[in-house]
Amino acid sequence: MTEEKFQKRIDREEKIEPKDWMPEGYRKHLIRQISQHAHSEIIGMQPEGNWISRAPSLRAKMILLAKVQDEAGHGLYLYSACETLGVSRQELVSQLHSGKAKYSSIFNYPTLSWADMGAIGWLVDGAAIVNQVSLQRTSFGPYSRGMVKICKEESFHQRQGYEIMAQMAQGTSEQKAMAQDALNRFWWPSIMMFGPNDSDSPRTGNAMKWKIKRKTNDELRQEFIDKTVNQAEIIGLTIPDKDLKWNDERQHYDFGEMDWDEFWSVVNGNGPCNKQRLNHHKKAHDDGQWVREAAKSYSQKKELIAN
Amino acid sequence: MSENRTVWEVFIQSKNGLAHKHVGNVHAEDKIMALENARELYTRRNEGSCIWVVKSKDIISSESEDGEAFFDPSNDKMYRHPTFYTMPEGSKYI
Ligand SMILES: [Fe+2]
Ligand SMILES: [Fe+2]
Repeated sequence: MTEEKFQKRIDREEKIEPKDWMPEGYRKHLIRQISQHAHSEIIGMQPEGNWISRAPSLRAKMILLAKVQDEAGHGLYLYSACETLGVSRQELVSQLHSGKAKYSSIFNYPTLSWADMGAIGWLVDGAAIVNQVSLQRTSFGPYSRGMVKICKEESFHQRQGYEIMAQMAQGTSEQKAMAQDALNRFWWPSIMMFGPNDSDSPRTGNAMKWKIKRKTNDELRQEFIDKTVNQAEIIGLTIPDKDLKWNDERQHYDFGEMDWDEFWSVVNGNGPCNKQRLNHHKKAHDDGQWVREAAKSYSQKKELIAN
Repeated sequence: MSENRTVWEVFIQSKNGLAHKHVGNVHAEDKIMALENARELYTRRNEGSCIWVVKSKDIISSESEDGEAFFDPSNDKMYRHPTFYTMPEGSKYI
């Protein structure tokens, strides 16, 4: 099949399945995007995992555990989708460890107080939802089906975070200050989760043409900001952007300049927690080595007995 | 030792009486681990009443590339569809 025929299928909104012919660039783009997405789910467990043992109530602890477990599941759905493109799980993990594959920069920030659990659920999961809802319509079948499943699970994540923020914002003045501080620290990294501005995003063209992405970074970012401003107002917190203002003509919020130098510096390994996050993942992976070996030996032994 | 474990496809029956539906896959060394992993991964919210796991390599699939030739023969057998037949004017319940 030629590239032209492939593009016709895309234009007809057909889903592409793993065994179908696809341009090499399409496959490569998907592997990069899906694996980065998978790694983000997995590394994203760490900042929240940090608070499981210190959750302020049994209810809060059960919720956080369930949420973190969901994120592990999301990572696995995405690894599965990525593997259908002919790359092994082992290869994907080693790309993460070598730094060849990236994950979302937001997870390189520390979680300093309980309010950060609120800010992450509300803002980080909120931003992820906006992205993932649009990716339900991505052209690659396994990715699209994974997104549908993930989206069903995500809305509780955002709601539990917003509930924490709302409760703290109505609490003592110290609690409200903690909530505001968490919002201050997580706001800008959250809106930068959508990636560079479209004008600085060279791969967007192909991704849109192949319908891997259905909306551009800037469109998704605007959508997220438009949704979130009112939520902050309702709970009496202030988004830390003095340029944030409703634009009647555009029917969207205008907002201030993002600090892309900081963004790229964190992407390139210089965020507050990059080393910690990767080292923790490597250690957990190495510590699990004996479990994988034992499981393999056990299944081999049972096979011997059965035969 | 090879790090690559067997891949199993997972099928879930969402309710008693319905057909099992493919939901994704899991990695596992043996069938019991495959079932347990599938339960943890795909049924955390009461999604199922029964799970099947099948080794991916045991599934035989038609090739999507020659899909047209493979499924073509059914196109010229319109008489398999009820709309093919002409019913007498005024006949009901048929
Ligand atoms: Fe997730
Ligand atoms: Fe989430």
